[in-house]
Amino acid sequence: MEVILIFISAVLVNNFVLSYFLGICPFIGVSSRLESAISMGFAVTFVLTLSAAITWLINQYILIALHVPYLEYVAFIIVIASLVQFVEMYIKKTSKAMYDALGIYLPLITTNCAILGLALFGALRQYTFIQNIVFGIGAGIGFTLALVIMAGIREQLDLADVPEPLRGPAITLILAGLLALAFMGFAGLISS
Amino acid sequence: MFTGVIVSIVSMAGIGFVLSLILAIADKKLAVKEDPRVEEILEILPGANCGACGYAGCAAYASAIVSDNAPIDLCKPGGNKVIEKISKIMGVQSESVEPKVARVFCSGGEKETVKDKIYTGIKTCAAADMVGGEKACTYSCLGYGDCVEACPFDAMYMNDNGLPVVILEKCTGCGECVRACPRGIMQLTSYDEVVHVFCSSRDKGAVVRKICTAGCIACKLCEKDDPTGAVKVIDNLARVDYSINKAPVDSIKRCPTKVIRIADPVPGYEDLFDNMIERNRKMVEEIEKAKNQSTKENEAKKKA
Repeated sequence: MEVILIFISAVLVNNFVLSYFLGICPFIGVSSRLESAISMGFAVTFVLTLSAAITWLINQYILIALHVPYLEYVAFIIVIASLVQFVEMYIKKTSKAMYDALGIYLPLITTNCAILGLALFGALRQYTFIQNIVFGIGAGIGFTLALVIMAGIREQLDLADVPEPLRGPAITLILAGLLALAFMGFAGLISS
Repeated sequence: MFTGVIVSIVSMAGIGFVLSLILAIADKKLAVKEDPRVEEILEILPGANCGACGYAGCAAYASAIVSDNAPIDLCKPGGNKVIEKISKIMGVQSESVEPKVARVFCSGGEKETVKDKIYTGIKTCAAADMVGGEKACTYSCLGYGDCVEACPFDAMYMNDNGLPVVILEKCTGCGECVRACPRGIMQLTSYDEVVHVFCSSRDKGAVVRKICTAGCIACKLCEKDDPTGAVKVIDNLARVDYSINKAPVDSIKRCPTKVIRIADPVPGYEDLFDNMIERNRKMVEEIEKAKNQSTKENEAKKKA
């Protein structure tokens, strides 16, 4: 039950993009086409899940065991960066098709604050290993959801008659704000 | 407290060391052999990343040639030399690309034009063009040098008269200036096109006369003077049809504003100009011969 709550909370109620405002850079940058939005969402979900597992282990068995939890920022950043680098190498070696599909998105994710945010939230809320992984999957799906919705709207936006000064990033930011407002509607779903 | 410092240093160093070890091993174990041809082609390409080929940069183009069978003649800045070298590596024959050079199709600098507005906004052509710029001519060069800014090869500068100048020996014909100019004044021309109309105004002659001393006033003298029929005034602007004649040099003689003229040849390619002028001379001769013949025939008919 706890796990399901964490999942739904991460996807909808506390959506990483639309309520924590984490990972806004790819949210604006990669949401102009539905196809690339799905690729990016897939890649982020993948990395989020992996890093949720690894950072939990690092946190539990190194940082907490050695009584140096204040090192979590530095430790998580280097762990995530190396993890993404490693995954990229591994995918390049094993699956050329997947490497081409993820393309430039994988290295971009390294510097995505949503990943660090997930690791820090996980440590702060003292999730168990399973809970942390579910949290990672949920956050990834939430990110993908936000990205796909945004991309869908932006594809329609190309056909709309937007006032000249608002074209481009301006209308995109307004859209993001409205979407975030809409997601506020989920706030009552979970009481905690 | 002291132990805390040591523990944190050691633990971070430990994590860092282990991670770098993993990555170092992975780099060797998981290394993917890149096609060595990509590297070779990359060295040949000019490396300006101008994007004229349509790919994200020279590296992207190089890998596209090797893996996606992209055409090898897309690199305009590199020209034929680069294509030859790539074709050796790839073992493909290619048609050569015609080299191009950018030219400025406006002669109305500070001295020649009338200014009827004052512009104090952002000093770029793109911004000035939105409100019309300072000059009265709406086809003229705006003079803020977006083209110079865009040139990846330092082949352009603004002269004292407020007009851009292309340094022909440096220009590679990549077309960045063409894309940067909001008024379409920069155009790519072939090396062997001799005569050009250095004006872009499609205003009527009477209007041009009032606002610019170096504009095409559509008087059609050039059209009348060119026996080959390559020069035509269309939309109040003289144009040269290079498919007919690349050097209609007779047409420039009587131009009142000297806006149709022989362009500066690209250094090292002067012979192309001479060839074209020679070709024009022959064409004119033939036309005159035919004319003489037909007048004689007419006279003969009249007499009969």
